[in-house]
Amino acid sequence: MERTIALVALFAALIGVLGVIPSFTLAFGVPISAQTLGVMLCGTVLGSRKGVLAVLLFLALVAIGLPLLAGGRGGPGVFVAPSAGFLIGWPMAAFVTGLIVERWAGRLVVVATVASVVGGIGVMYVFGIIGLGLTLNKTLAEAAILSVAFVPGDLVKAVIAGAVTASLARTRPDSVLSRT
Amino acid sequence: MISLTFEAETWAHRLRAGPKLAVLAGSTVLLFSVSHWSGLLACLSVTLLLYGSCGAAFAAEGFRQLKGLGYVAAMLLLWHGVIGDLIGGVAISLRLVTALAAANFVTATTRLSDMIEVMRSCLGPLRSLGWKTGIFEMAVALAIRFVPVIRRDADMLAQAWKARSARSVGFQILIPLALITLDEADHVAEALRARGGAGV
Repeated sequence: MERTIALVALFAALIGVLGVIPSFTLAFGVPISAQTLGVMLCGTVLGSRKGVLAVLLFLALVAIGLPLLAGGRGGPGVFVAPSAGFLIGWPMAAFVTGLIVERWAGRLVVVATVASVVGGIGVMYVFGIIGLGLTLNKTLAEAAILSVAFVPGDLVKAVIAGAVTASLARTRPDSVLSRT
Repeated sequence: MISLTFEAETWAHRLRAGPKLAVLAGSTVLLFSVSHWSGLLACLSVTLLLYGSCGAAFAAEGFRQLKGLGYVAAMLLLWHGVIGDLIGGVAISLRLVTALAAANFVTATTRLSDMIEVMRSCLGPLRSLGWKTGIFEMAVALAIRFVPVIRRDADMLAQAWKARSARSVGFQILIPLALITLDEADHVAEALRARGGAGV
């Protein structure tokens, strides 16, 4: 029990840190916030249940006004902004990502990458596009077009999430809880 | 750690957090039911008056927070101009700016401790159902405490990288950072157990 609380709390903090440290310069030289990478890692490393709790805890901290979202944003306003749908999709994204890693016993680097693509991109964009459509009064097709620009960056993050997860499993096998 | 609350106390700081959040939720729902630009402009004016009533420094900080939204609004207007529905674009932009400004107003005038208190009382019904909400409160406190700790760890890893490599800091530091976080969690869990556990 204590271990679950500690893991959930510290991974929630990790998502926050990934949003505030200067963004990593990923491939193609595009600076991208690593925050959604944190959501993917919550799923691949902590698994579905603890992963979703960590993301929910992080969103609770943001809602009560801690400036933990990339760009130092926070407060209830982030849930009415155009990107609100993506935020609301985060817990589901972490859950699906974790579930795939738990259930599919393939090579971890492949499984974790695919899981991050399905959960961290597929699921998240479903929520995100609906949210974008609602807040900006656009059709879903228009909202989807507006979101496409972020897909390449998120694909890079999914690959990194897969690599990080696999290398955690190599250096410390019992650290990847989704597989234990 | 820094929060988004405005330091100097204004009249709005003295209002109770719960009612303030309830009014915010109600007015946001109302805002989304207004569709004509003139009504939305009136809503925005009221919100701006609220900012104005808290003094110039407060208003300036508020505008700084909303600057990012300016680009979104500009893009929206451009898009609607292209498809020939500028009035619609104006309405959507007004609604967006108003909703965010109102929410930021509550954030800026409510202390973190009051927010946590509201969250606690929202969990009250669950508590009476027999849920142990103390665990949630403990997790909130731990996460808030560990943001600066993990941030310092990340900074140190980045410095170590810079001292050894000409290339810029990349995702490579994520692996040790995740390991440090996992280790730290083990220490925290042990410390919690040593102090009587989570009460479960």
